Amino acid sequence: MWRLGTVVALHDETSTARTITLDVPDWPGHVAGQHVDVRLTASDGYSAARSYSIASTPNPEKRIEITVERLPDGEVSPYLTQEVAVGDRLELRGPLGGWFVWRTEQTEPIQLIAGGSGIVPLMAMIRSRAASGSSAPFRLLYSVREPGAVFYRDELRKRSENDHSPTLTYAYTRITPKDWPRPPGRIDASLVAEAAWPSKLVPTCYVCGPTPFVESAAGFLSACGNGQDKIRTERFGPTGGRK
Amino acid sequence: MAITSRGFSGRRTPADVKLPPGQYLTTDFPVLSAGPTPHVALDKWEFTIDDGTEVLRRWNWKSFRELPAETITVDINCVTRWSKLGTTWEGVSLDTLFKDIKTDAEFAMVRSYGDYATNLPLEDLMNKQAWIAFRFDDDDLAPEHGGPARLLVPHLYLWKSAKWVRGITLMHEDQPGFWEALGYHNYGDPWREQRYEGD
Repeated sequence: MWRLGTVVALHDETSTARTITLDVPDWPGHVAGQHVDVRLTASDGYSAARSYSIASTPNPEKRIEITVERLPDGEVSPYLTQEVAVGDRLELRGPLGGWFVWRTEQTEPIQLIAGGSGIVPLMAMIRSRAASGSSAPFRLLYSVREPGAVFYRDELRKRSENDHSPTLTYAYTRITPKDWPRPPGRIDASLVAEAAWPSKLVPTCYVCGPTPFVESAAGFLSACGNGQDKIRTERFGPTGGRK
Repeated sequence: MAITSRGFSGRRTPADVKLPPGQYLTTDFPVLSAGPTPHVALDKWEFTIDDGTEVLRRWNWKSFRELPAETITVDINCVTRWSKLGTTWEGVSLDTLFKDIKTDAEFAMVRSYGDYATNLPLEDLMNKQAWIAFRFDDDDLAPEHGGPARLLVPHLYLWKSAKWVRGITLMHEDQPGFWEALGYHNYGDPWREQRYEGD
């Protein structure tokens, strides 16, 4: 069943990523971490759909936000990040997915690890924690190419300053801010060991990002002693892997 | 009825390519898994078929690889909407694995290392429709794609082609597997676009 959403606000997170706020009158509610399918239809009936993580916390206003990163050879993301205007209507299916979710009843420490736009479903969890008054302690390790690629920068800083959830660690893969203590590079075992909850606290870990990032981050978490059943992953995008 | 998206024209697949509804073509090989990739040592690997109470057949890596294998070239379709055409695999047909098994069970739960499971009607695994694949594109199957060995059942969405397989449990009553219990369709036929529960 496809629902109709009306675009009510647009906000550029970075030069290539945009948050779209949609009014969805029959939205049934969602859990942080879930996604929606968005379908576009051309005038001759051709249609294309893709999945996008929901960035917003569940709310009574029947509004959802998705943050879409533009893929250079994408079919749907260029339209959503460049063409869509306030007042346009989009077709949505969802909420979808019942595994990569954080529920407000969860009280254990939460370790979030994001690679690039993998921050989006994790942001929904951070916002859901705050909105529900949860005291579950959150940590976030957020890997980005460069400072300008950070989504939700001010909000993350404020949340981190106000109640230390999440405790925030950035990792930059290409360009760091000036005087940054760590040279640019991919996350490694020592950074994960340093930034993440000790495994003896039995955190639930959520890792989201491109496949190679998720593979390595989940591997480092396992190596630190976190059980396979405590590590949940969401991978997206082309692998750039073998072949 | 679909509404028209102002200014959207889309990027069509070539007219001579027929994809299941709602799918788009990729030449890449994206990965979708719920957790970390298990790394299974070949000397620890085993594959069993059981009926819920006793093990009916058991293979280790050596005895499994001594079974006759086939090269299969098939299209694969992921529920996340990408399709990949003409992928080439090497694997052992389920017909071979089930050769000496007599059962009146109608359903199968395919079990994986890493505690993944997916359910299928047993008849979907028989008659040249399913393989335990261990090579992809002339290479050993990479762990993130399900190596050492994965199920390949290409006529259903790819989540049914369980990675890191370790066995099959025969069932008289159908039961949902991992994704099937989390809102995905119980059967998953891409040509009928059975993505989610209720489709």
